[in-house]
Amino acid sequence: MSKLDSKIPPGPIDKKWTDHKGHIRIVAPANKRRIDIIVVGTGLAGGAAAASLAEMGYNVKAFCFQDSARRAHSIAAQGGINAAKNYQNDGDSTYRLFYDTVKGGDYRAREANVYRLAEVSANIIDQCVAQGVPFARDYGGLLDNRSFGGVQVSRTFYARGQTGQQLLLGAYSALMRQVGKGAVQMFDRHEMLDVVVVDGKARGIIARNLITGEIERHGAHAVLLCTGGYGNVFFLSTNAMGSNVTAAWKAHKRGAYFGNPCYTQIHPTCIPVSGTHQSKLTLMSESLRNDGRIWVPKNIEDAKAIRDGKKKGSDIAEGDRDYYLERRYPAFGNLVPRDVASRAAKERCDAGYGVNKTGEAVYLDFSAAIERYGKLEANVKKIENASQEQVRELGTSVVSEKYGNLFEMYENIVGEDPYKHAMKIYPAVHYTMGGLWVDYNLQTTVPGLFCLGEANFSDHGANRLGASALMQGLADGYFVIPYTVGDYLADDIRTGPIKTNTPEFDAAEKDVKDRINHFLNNKGTKPVDDFHRRLGKVMWDKCGMARNAQGLQEAIMEIRQIREEFYRDVRVPGKAGEFNQELEKAGRVADFLELGELMCVDALHRNESCGGHFREEFAETDGPQQGEAKRDDTNYAYVAAWEWMGDAGKANLHKEALEFNEVKLTQRSYK
Amino acid sequence: MARTGLFGSSLVKKYWMALTGLFLISFLVVHATVNAMIFFNDGGVTFNEAAHFMGTNPLIRAMEFVLFAGLILHIVDGLILWSQNRAARPVKYAMEKGSANRSWYSASMGILGTLLLLFLMLHLWHFWVKSRITGLREIEGMPGHDNLYIEMVEVFAHPVPVVLYVLGCFSLFWHLLHGFQSAFQSVGINHKRYTPIIKMVGAGFSIVISALFASMPVSMYLGWIK
Amino acid sequence: MGNMKLNLKIWRQAGPNDKGQMKDYPVSNVSEDMSFLEMLDVLNDDIVRKGEDPIAFDHDCREGICGSCSLFINGEAHGPGKGITTCQLHMRRFKDGDTIHVEPWRSAAFPVIKDLATNRGAFDRIQAAGGFVSVNTSGNLVDGNAVPIPKDDADKAFDAATCIGCGACVASCPNGSAMLFTAAKVSQLSLLPQGKPERKRRALAMVEQMDKEGFGNCSAIGACEVECPKNISLEHIARLNREYLAATVTKE
Repeated sequence: MSKLDSKIPPGPIDKKWTDHKGHIRIVAPANKRRIDIIVVGTGLAGGAAAASLAEMGYNVKAFCFQDSARRAHSIAAQGGINAAKNYQNDGDSTYRLFYDTVKGGDYRAREANVYRLAEVSANIIDQCVAQGVPFARDYGGLLDNRSFGGVQVSRTFYARGQTGQQLLLGAYSALMRQVGKGAVQMFDRHEMLDVVVVDGKARGIIARNLITGEIERHGAHAVLLCTGGYGNVFFLSTNAMGSNVTAAWKAHKRGAYFGNPCYTQIHPTCIPVSGTHQSKLTLMSESLRNDGRIWVPKNIEDAKAIRDGKKKGSDIAEGDRDYYLERRYPAFGNLVPRDVASRAAKERCDAGYGVNKTGEAVYLDFSAAIERYGKLEANVKKIENASQEQVRELGTSVVSEKYGNLFEMYENIVGEDPYKHAMKIYPAVHYTMGGLWVDYNLQTTVPGLFCLGEANFSDHGANRLGASALMQGLADGYFVIPYTVGDYLADDIRTGPIKTNTPEFDAAEKDVKDRINHFLNNKGTKPVDDFHRRLGKVMWDKCGMARNAQGLQEAIMEIRQIREEFYRDVRVPGKAGEFNQELEKAGRVADFLELGELMCVDALHRNESCGGHFREEFAETDGPQQGEAKRDDTNYAYVAAWEWMGDAGKANLHKEALEFNEVKLTQRSYK
Repeated sequence: MARTGLFGSSLVKKYWMALTGLFLISFLVVHATVNAMIFFNDGGVTFNEAAHFMGTNPLIRAMEFVLFAGLILHIVDGLILWSQNRAARPVKYAMEKGSANRSWYSASMGILGTLLLLFLMLHLWHFWVKSRITGLREIEGMPGHDNLYIEMVEVFAHPVPVVLYVLGCFSLFWHLLHGFQSAFQSVGINHKRYTPIIKMVGAGFSIVISALFASMPVSMYLGWIK
Repeated sequence: MGNMKLNLKIWRQAGPNDKGQMKDYPVSNVSEDMSFLEMLDVLNDDIVRKGEDPIAFDHDCREGICGSCSLFINGEAHGPGKGITTCQLHMRRFKDGDTIHVEPWRSAAFPVIKDLATNRGAFDRIQAAGGFVSVNTSGNLVDGNAVPIPKDDADKAFDAATCIGCGACVASCPNGSAMLFTAAKVSQLSLLPQGKPERKRRALAMVEQMDKEGFGNCSAIGACEVECPKNISLEHIARLNREYLAATVTKE
């Protein structure tokens, strides 16, 4: 059994990264030209990495399954990006960002990585401004900030509700600049289907050209996986339809350990499921919780009447409403962190208080905010004895100014005016903190195979804070990997181009082709989505917001059952040598069907509740925190890194103990 | 197809289109002003005098070449744009709902221009060819002075040319309605405050100039001007 | 499932060299809560169960930001409704019994890959020609607040920068012009101090590439602006016209 070496540099935490950069090996410019690097994925992490490495002189091949590098799902991030700039002079610092992130992650992240993330965060903003990212500014022309995700400082930089888009387009433009120069070879509409390991080192990939169906071999001295999260294992999530785990999973099966697969972030404010046709869920920005109040009826009969369409939310008298977040968490109220808010919604709906047809929705109500703003506005405009009508009108216009685009989006999807009727929301899968295990250099357990961004496990512990995903993606891509990859590649300056006509490539290509042929020759009856939907339901019900041992054991059996049926009964039309979207889906769902089992195994083994992982058996039983998550730092303060042993259910557990020298472990309390 | 260089790029072609268009607009103003002399209703005395000046002043005669050059450039440039635009969409839509996103005339500049060109050929045949090449009758007692006015009276005594001229002016109206403001956009003039004014002026100009031109044959045919 | 019945007329084309044709597909059980793409999912599900070839179309984020989806529906890019992408179009905009035409973007520069999916690589190449600020990605940088940017400029730059590169502008332009796309990037970067040093080079290079790709010429019709899911204004095209004019005139 190999011992996991996190390669955390020695020394005080605030000197680690600087010292490390100063001591690791680098590759001379002339030698960089002799080295090829493959970057899979062109989101914030991949786009930034590919552009930076090409800039430094490496030969880069970048791959994405989308039709353009600009469409990676980083583009959909709404809120913002954190950086410890302290522009607002509100006491922010590298240390505070580090501390908030470790605490927010429920003490399951690696301190050294998080500190480095906080350290480089300020550079990210400078870098993006220099690239022409149009961040929001104040009238003085300086960068604006907002507070986000319940932290006590304003450190979030934003570009209206489209921060992810603007940052990604910045990285994409840097990438395209290198493509124009010929320093990056871009392979869009290409999906990586395997990693090729030669003599224990990652030396290339097998990719499918999605237009022609051709299976291609690409050799390189190092492979970077920047392929995002695996939230789509739940079928319904806020991820893009194409987001998948295939690259990371294939790497896992070639020897890369998978870290903390069960840590999933469920975002509390999403538009609820409207029917069986639902293909994805849409997030409503967290910022809505600043003004909206979340409630369900106090009386179960009222909830039933609403579900049956006999009553509306507005028919419920103020006294008959249960503002459950305000009730349970008086200190933070509606602004509790994501995991807490999500669980509370589920608890109410499970108890029968849900307010839509499916019983899985709670109200997010702006009527109090509209009234409050309306009265303020009436005062400002010196309207005396403003009528109820006038107040509402004035208040509506204030709310519309703040959240207009979100309200429009809601109305567009739901077909109901959220100014008149309280919004209905429900939690949805949003982000996965787990991912391939990497050391401090972002290298996986396979030498030469690196993993960046959401695809790795490293920085967010068991729960990610708002506006930190963008930060991590860009930090990894722009400021970490350009240094750390050199240390590895320093041994490769004399290797010469990687040959792809070797037995290792032959074998990997054959594996890929066999899998494809199996699907196409299978005389099944059901489309891929059938199985994906079934898997998603098992995962959501039993490995979602709340988990218990029995449910997880059942889930493992059910997933195996679905997987067996999938291989026997899936129908994939068309041919291998053509644009075949069903075939693409089949490959991805096959991997989700294995990953799902590993997630349950991981969730089952972790006998504690932390962050996004809530085990019903491990909750406080009495005292003021009754019902809240109960962490077990004595037995579970480690990273669970799973080694593939030929079957998802038989994975081998390796533990990386987490040491906390800077931050004291405490219970997260929002009461 | 390489489309670069000072005369080749898509934008340069648009600049030429805009500049020649604006130049032709300035010509329309002069032309309409001179022609409007018929409304003195003095049996064409003032008009003929103005026409004589226009036909004999060396500077104006020189400008005539520039005018033709501008016109040809406008036409040729337009044809190139039209053919490139057609090539840009080799397969047409089975269903296209243009009314949802554009005015019909803004998307019909080529056709309107072609109609105008046909009209222009007729118009040149009626007056310019006779005046400059085959020669016109002289005004009685004024040797060297062509009687263009009587030519007009005769042409517009028949309903067919009158109808054709009115249709020509109608095409001109739509062509100008888009062309006027589009020329400003093409050379980069677009401003929240001023563009609405440009559009208003453009619409006013299109109406006035087309109505003025159209009123001439109509007035003559109906005998309002003798 | 809902109870709307629709008659779809969908463009089917097996590959880039196939001629292609409109084909009829009746669908039932359409709910008005479905998005347009979910309705196509339902149809495809049916087609796959019958063992036939499902309809290929591009889509990814399904929340209106990635720019993948690209359907020409009932004669309009992204269908009826303004300021939305195809994935944000919901079936409640249609009535029971409606006939709906679904076609791919049609442009010489966007060849069809299969059915409704096209190759929009031309946009990437325009971007690669100059749609960037030439700044090192790992060097020492000046502080983000070192150069104040007037809020109005930052806001305008943002308005242009919201382009999602979907190609609706090209698809709806009767001339098949890509000016709105190209202008949005040129405009964004010429408004910001960081983009100003290379503004001339950028305008010339991006337009040159745009022309090479075989797009049509802008004649200020304005259909692009109306159909743009991000409401990008013609003002940006005027700014590109200005930038390019200045660059052309002062070129040495």
